[in-house]
Amino acid sequence: MSAPRQISRLLSRRSLISSSRRSTPTPIFKSPNLSVRHGSHLPPRSNQFTQPTKEHLDALKAISSSTLSTLDGSATEEELRSFNDDWMNKYHGKGSIVVKPKTTEEVSEVMKYCYEKGIAVVPQGGNTGLVGGSNPVHDEIILNLSNLNQIRSFDEVSGVLVADGGVILETADHFLAEKGFIFPLDLGAKGSCHIGGNVSTNAGGLRLLRYGSLHGSVLGLEVVLPDGRIWNGLSKLRKDNTGFDLKQLYIGSEGTIGIITAISILCPRRPSAMNVAVFSLESYEAVQKVFAEAKGHLGEILSAFEFFDKQSYALVKKHQEENGGERKVFETEGDFYCLIETGGSNAEHDEAKLTGLLEHLMENEMVLDGVLAQDSTQFQSLWSLRELVPESAGKAGSVYKYDVSVPVGKMYGLVEKMRAKLREGGVLEGDGKSEGPIRAVAGYGHMGDGNLHINIVANKYTDEIEKIIEPYIYEIVAENEGSISAEHGLGVMKAPYIGYSKNETSMELMKQIKQLFDPKGLLNPYKYIV
Amino acid sequence: MRPTLPRLVNILVPVKRSIDYAVKIRVASDGKGVDTNVKHSMNPFDEIAVEEAIRLREKKTTKVDNITAISIGPAKAVDTIRTALAMGADSGIHITTPENAVVEPIAVANALKKIIDDKKFDLVIMGKQAIDDDSGSTGGMLAGLLGWSQGSFASKLEVEDGGKVNVTREIDGGLEKIEAKLPMIVTTDLRLNEPRYASLPNIMKAKKKKIETFKPEDLGLDLTPRFETISVSEPPKRQGGGKVESVDELVSKMKEAGVI
Repeated sequence: MSAPRQISRLLSRRSLISSSRRSTPTPIFKSPNLSVRHGSHLPPRSNQFTQPTKEHLDALKAISSSTLSTLDGSATEEELRSFNDDWMNKYHGKGSIVVKPKTTEEVSEVMKYCYEKGIAVVPQGGNTGLVGGSNPVHDEIILNLSNLNQIRSFDEVSGVLVADGGVILETADHFLAEKGFIFPLDLGAKGSCHIGGNVSTNAGGLRLLRYGSLHGSVLGLEVVLPDGRIWNGLSKLRKDNTGFDLKQLYIGSEGTIGIITAISILCPRRPSAMNVAVFSLESYEAVQKVFAEAKGHLGEILSAFEFFDKQSYALVKKHQEENGGERKVFETEGDFYCLIETGGSNAEHDEAKLTGLLEHLMENEMVLDGVLAQDSTQFQSLWSLRELVPESAGKAGSVYKYDVSVPVGKMYGLVEKMRAKLREGGVLEGDGKSEGPIRAVAGYGHMGDGNLHINIVANKYTDEIEKIIEPYIYEIVAENEGSISAEHGLGVMKAPYIGYSKNETSMELMKQIKQLFDPKGLLNPYKYIV
Repeated sequence: MRPTLPRLVNILVPVKRSIDYAVKIRVASDGKGVDTNVKHSMNPFDEIAVEEAIRLREKKTTKVDNITAISIGPAKAVDTIRTALAMGADSGIHITTPENAVVEPIAVANALKKIIDDKKFDLVIMGKQAIDDDSGSTGGMLAGLLGWSQGSFASKLEVEDGGKVNVTREIDGGLEKIEAKLPMIVTTDLRLNEPRYASLPNIMKAKKKKIETFKPEDLGLDLTPRFETISVSEPPKRQGGGKVESVDELVSKMKEAGVI
């Protein structure tokens, strides 16, 4: 099974730490001793961890029957590849044991054993991360949660869902849709990613604008601690001011201080009336103006505001052409595009508001052109223009993906700076100076959240290109007081660069927390805080 | 020899407001229909018909004088007509019916005939069926009532300047090409075209386009249904699968079920 699991549709956003909501405006600290490491140069194996052997395998098999390993021939190296490699095929672990526990108790027993033996463990959900956070770096045991996939309970009055961490996001959402509710998170990888992984990486996604971050919607967690103890914090309460809010530490902890085995989450009612419109615009300034107008005219029914540039759209068109699904959308194309989604409970009310906005935008010539979905089929196909960007970039070449938070006004400036830098480095294709390996630099993202994705499409991953991009990209983010990881997290890719977004005190505190929960440093080593 | 005067073609496109293609259909509590309190859109085959009419005009091999969208339905059917106007139709006709009234194909065909008799149309392009009742008979009935030619299940349509029409039809096992003369009825199949999106400038323009409204009695029509729906039921629920531990167990289960 060499192909990465089906990433249901279009990949776009996944994971991680939301450092954009820092409460204090502390100046960005740049560590002078920052050890810069490039993605292809990973840290060496630490001798403090025990190397997994056949004996360990037998003990783990006694705990959990669905354990696969190359050590006893129960699986081939090829078969373990889909656990060792990330879906972009950028990170390649060398784990020899995959444990897939079926219950929280089994997870607990596995951790107890590994803690006692000093074996490092990488927790893994749907393995759809973009920063190499869910694959082993060396020979860590892979603790895959896909067998922990039951919905435990749902309360139709409060909307509180309790489910295992290994439930696939789309499965949870389909379950809720039947009951007229919606999961307060939606992202491109929904057909593969797990809700436990979503929480542990603090995934943001397409509807954060409307439903807020997981820090607000998650009410409780069940976690297996690194030493195997089970912490039952599956609260269903919205208000609970009794002591430290421990679950918050786990939201965005990327499996470094415990394994999320179940979540309790508050789910809103599913909007019964939804609309989507896509516009072409002539400049990034125009996108910002439309954003302001959309908020003003639509108010509470605005559920998503996404933007993408013409380079992104070109990638999507090419991808659709190759698959026979291209379709003319705009009479007048532009340098930028934006997508507005509304969701409400009254179709007439929503339509009146949306029509008001559209008329205003047309009359004041704030957009070049636009289309409005007339039915559910068009609703899906218009969304796909935006959702297909990451997948289309992936089909066009090897993609360097960056996910940053910056103030909305400065967002697109980063893409322009990155293009200039690559042109200067002589690696941008068709710039006259060279037949460079970079085919496209595409910018898109969640306007509503100040979250920009930069995808740099190259012929292949090389050190030369990476050195031009990094750490330059993090420097320009820091200059703009942004975050180097808006929602993808740190993983192994961005761990060395956390200093661009967090000051020394923050990092020191994080290290102390890690030490407190995981004194042996066994969970997801070489990543996050290093 | 004097050139023949270019023929101006008037096209009528019937459009139906039906339950959106993506909506999960549920049986209504009285067991005599389905829950209609859900999202409605234009019947997808009718959308293809509107698109084809606009493409005929854009191709310019035929001079299209006017494209009229007509809908028979409740007040909200106006939204469906507006969608056709936003796509590029020129004007609309709305024959109003009470909310949730059932209008059978023969009644629709009679109403369309009445409109066609009163106003001059040369070509009717309509969906081969509506996705709600799946009757698929209005096109044929209308052709019969008018005594016009018909090209059903069209996957390709060409109208020449002299009024000659070539229709490629999708039939079992292949394609059939027929040739006819205007006036005629063409019903659309899925592969005829892919309908365009309604652009904002056209949505705005559509608001200013004229929609004539008639009550059935104004036109001397009787839309009373001839059939009574006795009951509507859901298909039997699929039984969930089960897991077996071994091949032996699988074989014994299959024997149990009598499939081997």
